[in-house]
Amino acid sequence: MRTENRPLSPHLQIYKPQLTSVLSIMHRLTGIGLAVGTLILVWWLFSIALGPQYYNDFHWFISSIVGRLFLFAWTFSFTFHLANGIRHLCWDAGWGLDISKAYKTGWLTLIVSVVLTFVIWIVGYYLIGGI
Amino acid sequence: MADFVLPRNSKVKNGKVWPEPEDTSNTRTFKVYRWSPDENENPSIDTYTVDMNSCGPMVLDALIKIKNEIDPTLTFRRSCREGVCGSCAMNIDGCNTLACTSFNSEVKGDIKIYPLPHQPVVKDLVPDMTHFFAQYREVEPWLKADSQPPERERLQSIEDREKLDGLYECILCACCSTSCPSYWWSADRYLGPAVLLQAYRWLADSRDEATGDRLDKLEDPFRLYRCHTIMNCTKTCPKSLNPAKAIAEIKKMMLERQI
Repeated sequence: MRTENRPLSPHLQIYKPQLTSVLSIMHRLTGIGLAVGTLILVWWLFSIALGPQYYNDFHWFISSIVGRLFLFAWTFSFTFHLANGIRHLCWDAGWGLDISKAYKTGWLTLIVSVVLTFVIWIVGYYLIGGI
Repeated sequence: MADFVLPRNSKVKNGKVWPEPEDTSNTRTFKVYRWSPDENENPSIDTYTVDMNSCGPMVLDALIKIKNEIDPTLTFRRSCREGVCGSCAMNIDGCNTLACTSFNSEVKGDIKIYPLPHQPVVKDLVPDMTHFFAQYREVEPWLKADSQPPERERLQSIEDREKLDGLYECILCACCSTSCPSYWWSADRYLGPAVLLQAYRWLADSRDEATGDRLDKLEDPFRLYRCHTIMNCTKTCPKSLNPAKAIAEIKKMMLERQI
């Protein structure tokens, strides 16, 4: 019998996505999203410091559809990472670790982060006086 | 480093479609992972059609029926057929569980069966558990006490004994560890939920006197702290235990002993 060169059984390819693992990977992805967003923030600050023509370039990008989609994703990254971060803090304190609580807080995290994202954008557009 | 795709020799191909039973319309389709060390082939998915009129209710019943009546080369572990031995742990319909306690009727559509995920395959549904049990040994899962033993056994109050409920019932089937993405990517150094639950079983035992030593051995960025509270472990445990909570309790003990 061959014992070397055994195959590795399938993992990601076959394991059913479920709230537990999906929210975990979303926490990672939104963390990366926040880091990328911070780079854009730095670009914004640089453009302000460097003068009007640089700021015009930045303003052109950020007010384009792509720029706005990007800002929207950044907002969601922020609200989701914040809400799920609080969920993680509860877990670290030892609360909410049974599966029914983990599912309830999981759905709550998703709903809160989506609602917060839209609230921020509605208030934002209201403040600048419409789309 | 996490490797998200399967190595070349592990890519799964379509396999044999076995003949359907005659004179019955009550059938179910089972798609089962196959790999034989005797042939120089990649793993494949074989398709079996089982007459459910003469098949027991559990996935294990169907596997045994396939082995008896359709394909005697199908290989899997089984023993107690009542959820106390942990031998028939496998991935059924995308989640790790015991074949003997899973109803065929709970799966919609084709019943897909794979070995426990991200393990070296010995044959078909049989993974090599050597590394898993070596890790279990590493937490020294036995009572350690230096104090003079009493004349009879070391006694425990009812309250202290209750602290072991939900820990001692673990049957070491490895469903939880092999459902954990962190364990998939770092099993060489991360102990995984099953072994950490066992580690906590001894940390929580009032009779054990090696708590400090045990915590010292676990205090490591990988051994313990690769747990990112994904909770796939607790979600999948066929005995409804809570490895994620046990790991969180160990992390709390790490903090508390520094205060």
